[in-house]
Amino acid sequence: MALDDRFHNRDFKVVGNRVTRPDGIDKVTGRARFGADMTAPGMLIAKVLRSPHAHARINGIDTSKAEALPGVKAVVTYADFASAHAPDDDNLVNCMAKDKALYDGHAVAAVAAISTAVARKALKLIEVDYEVLPHVTDVDEAMKPDAPVLHEDAQDESVPAGTPKNVVRRYEFGHGDVDAGFAQADKVIERSFRTEAAHQGYIEPHACLASYGSDGRADLWCCTQGQYAVRAMCAGMLGMQASDLRVTASEIGGGFGGKTTVFIEPVALALSRKAGKPVKLVMERSEVFRASGPTASTSIDCKIGMTKDGRITAGRAELRYQGGAFPGSPVEFGAMSGFAPYDLENVQAIGWDVVTNRPKQAAYRAPGAPMAAYAVESVIDELCQELGLDPLEVRIRNCAHEGTLSPYGVTYPKIGLEETLKAVQSHPNWTAPLGPNQGRGVACGFWFNFGGNTCVSLNIDEDGTVSLSTGNPDIGGSRASMSQMCAEELGIPYDRVRCSIADTSLLGYNDVTDGSRVTFAVGLATIKAAQDAIKKMCGRAAAIWGIPEDAVEWEDGCAKPAGPNAGEHPPMSLAEIAAVSSQTGGPIAGHYECNADGAGVSFATHLVDVEIDPETGFTKVLRYLVAQDAGKAVNPDYVEGQFQGGAVQGIGWSLNEEYIYGEDGRLQNAGFLDYRIPVASDLPMIDTVIVEVPNPGHPYGVRGVGETSIVPPLAAISNAVSHAIGKRMTQIPMSPPRIVEALEG
Amino acid sequence: MSQIHVTTKINGDETEFLCGPEETLLDVLRDHLGMTGTKEGCGTGDCGACSVTVDGRLVCSCLMLGAEAEGHEIGTIEGVAKGDELHPVQKKFLDHAALQCGICTPGFLVAAKALLDRTLEPTEEEVRYWLAGNLCRCTGYDKIVRAVMDTAAELRGA
Repeated sequence: MALDDRFHNRDFKVVGNRVTRPDGIDKVTGRARFGADMTAPGMLIAKVLRSPHAHARINGIDTSKAEALPGVKAVVTYADFASAHAPDDDNLVNCMAKDKALYDGHAVAAVAAISTAVARKALKLIEVDYEVLPHVTDVDEAMKPDAPVLHEDAQDESVPAGTPKNVVRRYEFGHGDVDAGFAQADKVIERSFRTEAAHQGYIEPHACLASYGSDGRADLWCCTQGQYAVRAMCAGMLGMQASDLRVTASEIGGGFGGKTTVFIEPVALALSRKAGKPVKLVMERSEVFRASGPTASTSIDCKIGMTKDGRITAGRAELRYQGGAFPGSPVEFGAMSGFAPYDLENVQAIGWDVVTNRPKQAAYRAPGAPMAAYAVESVIDELCQELGLDPLEVRIRNCAHEGTLSPYGVTYPKIGLEETLKAVQSHPNWTAPLGPNQGRGVACGFWFNFGGNTCVSLNIDEDGTVSLSTGNPDIGGSRASMSQMCAEELGIPYDRVRCSIADTSLLGYNDVTDGSRVTFAVGLATIKAAQDAIKKMCGRAAAIWGIPEDAVEWEDGCAKPAGPNAGEHPPMSLAEIAAVSSQTGGPIAGHYECNADGAGVSFATHLVDVEIDPETGFTKVLRYLVAQDAGKAVNPDYVEGQFQGGAVQGIGWSLNEEYIYGEDGRLQNAGFLDYRIPVASDLPMIDTVIVEVPNPGHPYGVRGVGETSIVPPLAAISNAVSHAIGKRMTQIPMSPPRIVEALEG
Repeated sequence: MSQIHVTTKINGDETEFLCGPEETLLDVLRDHLGMTGTKEGCGTGDCGACSVTVDGRLVCSCLMLGAEAEGHEIGTIEGVAKGDELHPVQKKFLDHAALQCGICTPGFLVAAKALLDRTLEPTEEEVRYWLAGNLCRCTGYDKIVRAVMDTAAELRGA
């Protein structure tokens, strides 16, 4: 048995099959229980009062009239958390405003009542004394010296002294000498770009049910990407021991990063504690837009030099991301990732994190990377155009390989970027004829991928089936992939394994379902837990046969005697060993915990054809191709699904989706009618090519696939539109009015 | 506030309920009748997660009052399968991996079945426009459209 984590080539029996997911029947019959589907006896309904102002000092909150309304059982404000929390907890102040409302939609109070109608009525009786302050919602405006200041003390020492206070962090990455590199170039292009804020757009609003007992212990049911992170954050805010709070993750109706933090969960717990009853809190869609975490809006300058024959001599980018009212925009990831697909001698990226009067951003699929890739890939495309070069050939010439020093300081192990470029080059879409008003765009994308804290247990059940417990919410079919890897390692059929998502009382800390980490890290831990169980089963067989443990090996789901002194014994299957386990030492379980390393970076190349209606500025996507390195696709159906879903989110962001703020600092399109995400009739089929260059850091070669697919689309579509209309587009989204403006300009 | 007494038929079963005059059919299904298979994604008729049929017509149950169900036949996701036997479109959604998180799936299935009850020969374009009222953020619709087209092909014996 191989005891190291590294990839070993093998013939797979279960991994790589398009199996049906174990939660499938529940999901197609309405039986699956999501965040808002849970109830409890005596449950109250909670509603949140939100600031109508983008920026206002809160001089006082009078809740007495609301508390006096019949049917109201509890009202909470920031004061109800004040005794317990650690100072300067941005997440808490985001969940409940402290002394200032920092954005339109910022929670200022919450009510629990016997019905929705009573709770709504009570909200109207809460009197908040606001002193309205000047606000700023634009990233470039917020960086100006005379901009309204959100926080006096949020800037850290990374920012040069004298920089305006809304600029809270500075990051720099790169190597070489960019000025020397630009001097070697035959052509240098510098452009400025803007991208607007997009929302993750998960269809399930945030929802939870909190039940706080008089013994100080609580249960929380919620839709989240990470029940352990919710426990840690809520326990901290409420002054609880982690072990006194049990968090159960419901089925989750999409997250894309937006459910990696808390918004309503601590509020529901505080209300339940105060009312002494279970409290259900579900966001309305307008609250999701106004008060959960969209991604950053950005302003980026990008300069790249290229020789006549297509060698990139230097690249430089300066990135400004606003992440809402608190530090933490993903500009660091943007600065690290923009040039990451290329093998560059001279590269520099500087990132500025800026606060504005907008909701605190949350992670959105490859946070920070799509905007940086948009700028870099647009300039590369324009250089190719100006120099008369093939954009795929130029990328193949400059692309990163094993051994390339990345702009963020890591030297890559084996990667599959060139393979994705060549997959696009040999795909029929690359040579499909284009008609009038049509254009073709190509772009590459990169994402780091993550491993992280992972804890997995599996039990060999007495009938020879296997119960696998993992600690990461299954957001897109991961129970199937975990079961496949478990079955593969144990040598048993897929349908003998059942994977469940444990609550926080059952396993050690698991990092959230993010960073494309689950199939990689939880898969790794599952394989290791299976190996642990195999070792024990070999031991049981050895005891039965009266031979040493090391004279037993595991093959095709059976223990077999091996080696010269093992003797002749018929193989014992997993089921046979399980059936007699009570006579050989009791139940058999496997376990593994780790902080997984070696996630394996991920690359993709996207190719898109569009057609523009010159009268209306409407963009129709004609063809779309995703080629991405999956390392090893455990369940190809769901790998393709990740490619397609990420690409379509990118299409929406490129063409339509944006947060629109009025002069008053209020969000003007807080609903799916005016924040329009792509619908079926907007799209063609999304073609996919799964490239498999095994990740050396995983026993089966798996790389995460969830995030990279949203990185290239902004640039790929912008390049296609720019070719179709003969004008270089520099702002996302390219909504019809912006395209008409470009055509007329 | 006085409650309204409503008599209706849900998935073929005679059903009576009391509801407030302001409550939607979606509120009634989820909060009074425990039928949580129908989902609320927006409450404004923009996402289709709450799709049901009323006398065979596809409706957003968040846009209809509970009281308006009086005398009508309501169809929900819970009635798409017949006992243990999945409807072909449910099977095809699983075969084609036409769902990731699954929150939009009940609405898509109710909508897709309503389409297939009308025609077994929809073009890809017809499927895409019929389903344009249902939002899915995970799949990019590719596998959903394939699943519906494949169901139609199977049902017409092609």
